[in-house]
Amino acid sequence: MNILVCIKRVPLTGDKLVLTPDAQTLDTRLLGFTISPHEECAVEEAVRLVEKYGGSSVALTLGVEPATEQLRDAMAIGIDRAIHLVTGADDNAPEWDPLATAGAIADAIRADGAAFDLLLFGNEAADSGGYQVGIRVAHTLDLPCVTGVKGLEVNGNMLTAKRETAGGMEIFELPLPAVVTVKEGLNLPRYPSLPGRLKAKKKPIVTSSLAWRDGGLEKLQLKLPPEQTHQAEMLGKGADAAPRVVDVLERLGLL
Amino acid sequence: MSEFPTQANVVVIGAGIVGNSMAFHLSKLGWRDIVLLDKGPLPNPGGSTGHASNFIFLVDHSKEMCKFTLDSVKQYKELGVFTRSGGIEVARTPERMEELKRRVASGKSWGVQEMELLSPQEVKQHVPFLDSNVILGGFYTHGIGTVDSLRAGTLMREYAQGIGALQVFPNTEITGLKVENGHIRAVQTNKGTIHANTVIIACGIWSPRIARMAGAHISLTPAVHQMISVGPVPQFANTVGEIEFPIVRDMDTNMYERQHGGDMEVGSYAHRPILWEPDDIPSIEQAALSPTELPFTKPDFDLQMEQALELMPDILGNEQVGIRYAINGLLSLTPDGFPILGETPEVKGLWSVAAVWIKEAPGIARAVAEWMTNGNPEIDPSGSDIARFYDHQKTKFHAKARSAEGFNKTYGIVHPREQWSTNRQVRLSPFYTRERELGAVFFETAGWERPNWYESNRKLLTGYGDRTMPRANEWDARWWSPIINAEHLAMRERVGMVDLSAFAIFDVTGPGTCDYMQKMAVAQMDVPVGRVVYTSLLNEHGGIKADLTIMRLGPDHYRVVTGGFDGMRDKKWFTDHLPEDGTVQLSDLTSAWATLGVWGPQARALLQSITETDLSNKAFPFGTCQWLEIETVRVLASRISYVGESGWELYVPFEQGARLWDLVWEAGQKFGIVPVGIGVYATTGRLEKGYRAYGNELEQEYNLVEAGMQRPQVKSQDFIGKAAYLEQRAKPPAAVLCTLTVDDNTSASGVKRYMMGREPILDLEGEPLVDAHGRRSYVTSAGGGPSIGKHILMSYLPPAYAKPGTKLKVEYFGEQYPVTVAAVGATPLFDPSNERVKA
Repeated sequence: MNILVCIKRVPLTGDKLVLTPDAQTLDTRLLGFTISPHEECAVEEAVRLVEKYGGSSVALTLGVEPATEQLRDAMAIGIDRAIHLVTGADDNAPEWDPLATAGAIADAIRADGAAFDLLLFGNEAADSGGYQVGIRVAHTLDLPCVTGVKGLEVNGNMLTAKRETAGGMEIFELPLPAVVTVKEGLNLPRYPSLPGRLKAKKKPIVTSSLAWRDGGLEKLQLKLPPEQTHQAEMLGKGADAAPRVVDVLERLGLL
Repeated sequence: MSEFPTQANVVVIGAGIVGNSMAFHLSKLGWRDIVLLDKGPLPNPGGSTGHASNFIFLVDHSKEMCKFTLDSVKQYKELGVFTRSGGIEVARTPERMEELKRRVASGKSWGVQEMELLSPQEVKQHVPFLDSNVILGGFYTHGIGTVDSLRAGTLMREYAQGIGALQVFPNTEITGLKVENGHIRAVQTNKGTIHANTVIIACGIWSPRIARMAGAHISLTPAVHQMISVGPVPQFANTVGEIEFPIVRDMDTNMYERQHGGDMEVGSYAHRPILWEPDDIPSIEQAALSPTELPFTKPDFDLQMEQALELMPDILGNEQVGIRYAINGLLSLTPDGFPILGETPEVKGLWSVAAVWIKEAPGIARAVAEWMTNGNPEIDPSGSDIARFYDHQKTKFHAKARSAEGFNKTYGIVHPREQWSTNRQVRLSPFYTRERELGAVFFETAGWERPNWYESNRKLLTGYGDRTMPRANEWDARWWSPIINAEHLAMRERVGMVDLSAFAIFDVTGPGTCDYMQKMAVAQMDVPVGRVVYTSLLNEHGGIKADLTIMRLGPDHYRVVTGGFDGMRDKKWFTDHLPEDGTVQLSDLTSAWATLGVWGPQARALLQSITETDLSNKAFPFGTCQWLEIETVRVLASRISYVGESGWELYVPFEQGARLWDLVWEAGQKFGIVPVGIGVYATTGRLEKGYRAYGNELEQEYNLVEAGMQRPQVKSQDFIGKAAYLEQRAKPPAAVLCTLTVDDNTSASGVKRYMMGREPILDLEGEPLVDAHGRRSYVTSAGGGPSIGKHILMSYLPPAYAKPGTKLKVEYFGEQYPVTVAAVGATPLFDPSNERVKA
């Protein structure tokens, strides 16, 4: 199987978010970056499928130069090679909107020439949360697509995808090649090993710089949601606190 | 929860291992009404304690740090939070194997038990998952282990709370410190103001920021220490508890590997120095993990990963073992690598206990609590005293430069004489240009560039031949030159000039000065004007606080001259004891006066040739000072000596120093003058004369009787430490400072070796000597004695061994060399009747 996983570099935030003074983006000076969590599961799934059925895997990202770090992270887990569509030098570069992103990714997939059996995306990015890129790429490439997937099985040329709904589980069967956007819970991603990290340093990344594409979406400014306040209440000390603890547990429906 | 207080006896800021230990020890020493604050939650408020790897290696080349560590282990054991695992420092290079031998020796000097050097195979028996082909050997210490530092903190708080001494308020942010008339008065927080006359800053990496609120300086730099944790490790699957295998320090790669339950932690001090500003550290809310667990910068760790893999391939090469945790952990670095302890010189009542690691925290807290309580910590913390810093050393520039330089030396092989390369040429004497012209090789003391020897004197070597005791071993000869010994011999034959501008100089004036000086000094200070007094200062308990000379320049005018290294600590000691009525003033004139020493048999003739003042023994006796005119320069000449030759220290206004140098230099030509470096002044000249040096022989843990410095009489006037001093005199000393000579310097390989200080002194069976107070005998100073043709060592010995002619041994790089006690007490080896000094 040949699998492509699309990942995005996103900031690793704490409880409190800080915006840049112009409110255009998060202040990331003190933050680390990671692969968006849904996509970590996509990477893990790709590696598992290749381990099981053979073939090869590619990680693709559209993002700034430092996003190389996330491509190496994916390759440390077991992805074989990477494609980096570079949009800027550092994390201050303007972000591409879903339309522009999907267009560039579709172009890159065509240009790569590999016949991918499966294109995996995260259901939505942890930062911008557009929910669009996977679907748009599928549309552009005229491939079937299932979103929000938490279970995958391959049977020959067919793919079974499971999606949680309020009442239970939706199960889809679709022919390969296909696009699937996945959610956390699909699997438990492994940690990279030391040899994995060292091997990743030597795996190939094909880099190309992209000219800015205007997808039509304009960011005016970011606004922080109202701060969540935490309130703690002392229920008492020692055995005296027991009745009140019971009250609370009952109120929460846990008893 | 109790109400937020408005008043406290003492406020401790910071509830990491240091703050908790402080609250614990203060409460044990009887302090009450203690308030402990932290801006974070408990038990892990988010400082460096929370991410520490929590292991403790016992040996340090520094006596002070090693003793703090040993005491800390004892305390952790008492708290029940210590797990012994043993630990091994492994060597990949021959140079490191030698260093490990030196570490064994330091361990012996400071009383570390159960240490041994191991072959690679023996290392592998302890640590089966290590590749023994990568190493040349290891240094095993049985008593090494790990601690639960958060649990220790909780237990310490609970103890102090349990006896009603302590209230604890987490989630409390400090917003200001209120100072009045140079004294701390209150701590302002987001929950209210607490009035207190004693405040302790135990905030680790945030300490500089908190100190700045009071106008004080804590000169530390937050720096990154990278650490990863990998697992699950199959080799650890069946082990019980946190750790069973010895901790491994891979010294040559600046890394460590330790078991932590089913995981292995790999930490590094090898990456580039990554320094932070205290103000840039994210808040608890902003941080993804914690403020001191910053995002891991992977490229900085790449090389370390490869090196760790080499040493531990069975575990780290296993693809099923994943990196589960990786941080850029913040810790505190200081410009000289020592903690920052004690009352800040800027603000009375404001104490710093900062840049302290897990391994030493409880021991340090005990010492500081004793210091706060009775001024007499059992372990002398002078090397870590916050008062040691000069102004230039308090700058951010200096702190960063030296912290960055020091970081990669964390596991380094640091030569005892090794010089810093960053931020040099800060303090230059007026003689500097001339010294450079003469090829001076500069060593640094307290920012001063001081010639250690002069390459222009290389020509002297041929004349003296083997008397310059050349050193064939590279380590022994590093940061050293036989020229030092040639300068020494030339000075003893003719005359030498020494730049002593690094002296710290304080003028003490005012109507109360004589009484004040009497109170401060052991020696009689009500002496005639023009006398120079060499004296010690004691603390209340008779520990030696300082060692210096004082000139009486007028009825109400004294001038204190002390070593550059000790200057700022001594200044604080003097300043702290100034009478409150304002009858005595102290001014720091260090930057106003340069000093040139002129000593040797020809010193008198030389100086007499350029001054009209009568310099004869009768007109200008030893131990006196007078003003001289040398051409147009008025100098204060003080007839004392630290090198055992007759001569003078010439004190000259700084801007006229160059003129004085030229006058002495030109007139000196016909007397065969040689420029002489500090190598002679501080080592060879001093040791031949048995002169003691503060920080080497003299410290708070030994007393004047033991140091052989008791005077025949005790003055009738009161002085600080008098009662203790009288008591010390009344009973036989537990140890006596002796001068020893090395009988044969030849090593097993036939190369002569030269100890350089801190080595253990052993009996003929090779066993350490221990005195009645449990103190081990070690070399306090070592150096050549070119005039007596022997290598000289000083050491405190138990009385049974303190007899001339006693045969002992000294251990140096794993070999034992025969030594003989040559002199007991202050008797010098060279010119024992001091005829030359008084000639």
